[in-house]
Amino acid sequence: MSADQTAPPVLVIPPQDHEQDEKDEPGKPDSRPQLVLGFIFGIVFGFLLQKGGVANYEVLMGQYLLTDFTVIKVMLTAIVTGMVGIFSMHALGLVKLHVKPTRYAANITGGLLFGVGLGLLGYCPGTAAAAMGQGHFDAIAGIVGLMVGSYVYAQTSDYLSATIQRIGNRGRIMLPDLIGMPVTLFLVIFVSLLASSLFILQRLAP
Amino acid sequence: MENELAAWSPYLVGALIGVLSMATFYFSNKPLGVSTSYARLAGLVGNLFSKSHTETLKFYQDRKPKIEWGVMLMFGVILGAFIAAYTGGEIAATWVPALWQERFGPDVAVRSGVAFLGGAIMAYGARLAGGCTSGHGISGTLQLSVSSWIAVACFFAGAVVTAALLYRL
Repeated sequence: MSADQTAPPVLVIPPQDHEQDEKDEPGKPDSRPQLVLGFIFGIVFGFLLQKGGVANYEVLMGQYLLTDFTVIKVMLTAIVTGMVGIFSMHALGLVKLHVKPTRYAANITGGLLFGVGLGLLGYCPGTAAAAMGQGHFDAIAGIVGLMVGSYVYAQTSDYLSATIQRIGNRGRIMLPDLIGMPVTLFLVIFVSLLASSLFILQRLAP
Repeated sequence: MENELAAWSPYLVGALIGVLSMATFYFSNKPLGVSTSYARLAGLVGNLFSKSHTETLKFYQDRKPKIEWGVMLMFGVILGAFIAAYTGGEIAATWVPALWQERFGPDVAVRSGVAFLGGAIMAYGARLAGGCTSGHGISGTLQLSVSSWIAVACFFAGAVVTAALLYRL
């Protein structure tokens, strides 16, 4: 065998088994400290959303109407910070990843439906709760709608998991898996790209 | 253009949300996400009407209707936003947003009806897509989930078209 054949195949990295799923572990309810922690994390999240102005209908609609870029600035900054932080912690063995499963048909149709609902309500699930806390009471009707829509989905969940959920079901793949690039190298390139787009965005829409 | 509706810089808020998601991963082994909480609450309400029926639904066999970490998180979001708005003197107490009123009038029933419909469609879409603006839009994208980058692009595409139909026609 020649040397280059024994070298690790850089371009054919198999999709790794990215841990975890979001089903409940049977018989393991969240402990009381975790419930308290969840509540505290929620308070911080709600506080930040309100301070960022994204509990306001005008700011959110401004993003969809492309006149106000607050939402994208908040999201992109959160993504870049969290990406660097969580992959660093993962490298140190401090956290597990929770990559979401890719099902092309369901991600696309569900995503577009979500977008239509988002345009109508203005608030997303997180910012609807924050908007309600700030006293934007139209979010209450939205929250009732969110609950009804969730139950309707549950009614159809059997049918969906046998049909649309199966189309393009790729499992828990990550962007670097698509092009067969090592995760670390991909991260270096991608984080720089996202950070540069933030700088450009700040130039174009300060 | 400075946003007078935002007390803090979007970059500061974004960075702190990034740090917050590191904290939820480290301390709770969970990504930030909100939409499943509405589904669990809906399941609890469904239990009041027909527990046996709710229990037959596949979705609720995988995700039990109960008050767990995510539901507590969602309750916390309401309280946290209240604290921030109260201490910052930004409590609104309005039923119809100003921008909506300019375009569609002050009728509370019309705004509430559209908000309800939007919420219902959005929740259905979130469950089908596997997450919302937090679960996919922040937690999923930052972990490089392919599904999340697709979903978030679709979220924005759907919202941009809908907003244009509502406000630009």
